Amino acid sequence: MSATPLLELRGIDKSFGPVQVLRDVAFAAHAGEVTALVGDNGAGKSTLVKCISGIHPTDAGEFVFDGRPVTINSPRDAAALGIEVVYQDLALCDNLDIVQNMFLGREKRSGIVLDEPTMEQMAAETLAGLSVRTVKSLRQHVASLSGGQRQTVAIAKAVLWNSRLVILDEPTAALGVAQTAQVLELVRRLADNGLAVVLISHNMNDVFAVSDRIAALYLGQMVAQVKTTDITHSQVVELITAGRSGSLGLTGEPGGNGAAPADTTPGAVR
Amino acid sequence: MTAIVVKKEGPAGVTPTPTVGSHVNNYWRRVRGGDIGALPAVVMLVALAVGFSIARPSFFTAGNLANLFTQGAAVTLIAMGLVFVLLLGEIDLSAGFASGVCAAILANVVTVLGYPWYVAVLSAVVTGVVIGTVLGLLVAKVGIPSFVVTLAGFLAFQGVVLTLMDEGANIAVRDDVLVAIANRNLSPVLGWSLAAVAVAGYAAVQLLRHRNRAARGLLTDPIAVVAARIAGLAVILGVAVYVLNLERSRNVLVVSLKGVPIVVPIIAILLVVWTFVLQRTSYGRHIYAVGGNAEAARRAGINVDRIRISVFIICSSMAAIGGIVAASRANSVDPNTGGSNVLLYAVGAAVIGGTSLFGGKGRVLDAVLGGAVVAVIDNGMGLMGYSSGVKFVVTGVVLLAAATIDALSRRRAAATGTR
Repeated sequence: MSATPLLELRGIDKSFGPVQVLRDVAFAAHAGEVTALVGDNGAGKSTLVKCISGIHPTDAGEFVFDGRPVTINSPRDAAALGIEVVYQDLALCDNLDIVQNMFLGREKRSGIVLDEPTMEQMAAETLAGLSVRTVKSLRQHVASLSGGQRQTVAIAKAVLWNSRLVILDEPTAALGVAQTAQVLELVRRLADNGLAVVLISHNMNDVFAVSDRIAALYLGQMVAQVKTTDITHSQVVELITAGRSGSLGLTGEPGGNGAAPADTTPGAVR
Repeated sequence: MTAIVVKKEGPAGVTPTPTVGSHVNNYWRRVRGGDIGALPAVVMLVALAVGFSIARPSFFTAGNLANLFTQGAAVTLIAMGLVFVLLLGEIDLSAGFASGVCAAILANVVTVLGYPWYVAVLSAVVTGVVIGTVLGLLVAKVGIPSFVVTLAGFLAFQGVVLTLMDEGANIAVRDDVLVAIANRNLSPVLGWSLAAVAVAGYAAVQLLRHRNRAARGLLTDPIAVVAARIAGLAVILGVAVYVLNLERSRNVLVVSLKGVPIVVPIIAILLVVWTFVLQRTSYGRHIYAVGGNAEAARRAGINVDRIRISVFIICSSMAAIGGIVAASRANSVDPNTGGSNVLLYAVGAAVIGGTSLFGGKGRVLDAVLGGAVVAVIDNGMGLMGYSSGVKFVVTGVVLLAAATIDALSRRRAAATGTR
């Protein structure tokens, strides 16, 4: 748990035409921690993630990565920094096996020939490093995997490239109880291995089970970013639905349609 | 299928060392799970061969076997190209007449303009590349469904062939080299040497891979399975070369007729080259990826449009080669070259061989196996004295049966979770 965050965003603004989706958003992700990003539908979670991963350019604001100011203009920039996103719909090819999926688009080659042994070895090491023991063979097609196993492959794919920040978009949304536990365990292990993990989730149980910090978005504003131990379940729900909870969140009018007053600088609460 | 197996030790993915038994078990489980691959084609091929041999003993002769290869060659070559398009879940209905256009170009260049054979072959293949590029651009960049683009091509190319043929006349192809492709044979010694080289090459690749994987501590197929594969290839090639090297001339005093038809090694080389491209290069991997999940491929940084255009280029170029072989076999090109049943036989060959119409699944070998089935049906029913009408109906039914197997196995696979 380092003092300075691995990734820090300050004053991010983002509009699509006349609609301002993100308003002066600050956000931090620490190495070795799971930061849960919560918020209702339309609060701007996905947009924020897409800004971080370089899919959307931001209108204003600064990115600080590892203490250095950076600009992220494309997914390639993000990947070069070691930022990987695991999307909700997984983006795996059913007709390819686990190794082939993990290296898709970044195959190891010797000459023009695919270097299968090296790829298989690296995949096995990555999965072993994550203590994944649930797949029978690295050469089975992804189609034959359960939802949890598929999510595991997608996450392993993201950490294969010495990534430093992994963003998971609702990794447990489609999973059963046992598989959810499996994936959450993996998420925790990523952070314990020293990565910064951002977990987007609607499920408060998941959030409280694995996260170290919770960042709540409400109508495009970051209303709170606090340690998970300092907040209760119901307070988070209030932050998500009303943008405020007691001393946390927006001050003034509930709904916070005006600009948030300066003293509610996100992340500065407590 | 999705059982979660907890291992006590060892890295992920390490299962007990496979044995011959587990290998056979795995294969059987995959088949039952709906991943049947080329099994129907092989079964059908054996059944048809046995059936026709009993009904017409003349089917099972060296002469007829050689005929089978030359009869099926053009369709098989076109089907090999179609596999690439089918892998993306697309279709190329214009491949038949594209081969006709390329054959017409070939005939015009070599006979009418009098250029040497290699110029003619080159211009035919270049024509194929151009056709494929246009089709691919229309599908990938403009976004027209490939079915419509290539249906338009089917009609238009038919007209192009007619125009190139001067409204119906046919052009003879008499160049020695071109005629030799489908009408001459390798000397018996050369046939044996090529077979030996093929088996040795296959053995070297298999054994090297086995040793390489074993040296890195990765799972390997049991050496017995590897040896069985090599032996299997050696037996198949050995028997084929032996039979084709038998004298099959009706009157040996007039002319000796024996040896492997030249078109066979041509198909074999293209089979090896395209299989290498699909299985061992990242380009081939990307074709499967785009066919399996185009969005995933796009997110992985694969240029999906470029892959899409390239498969149409490969398909039309292979159609050009098919057209050259057809022109060679007929010693001429007429307005119906590549027409009538050629396209459907080619699509049928690919699908019967186990290439999925839904994309993402298929091998170039499928086209060869399926092409053999189509050729055997065509040839055998001809020997039995059935009319073209009956042959068309039977081939149509077989194609439908293959597509049904494809669709059902897909459903079966979805139910059992193997696909």
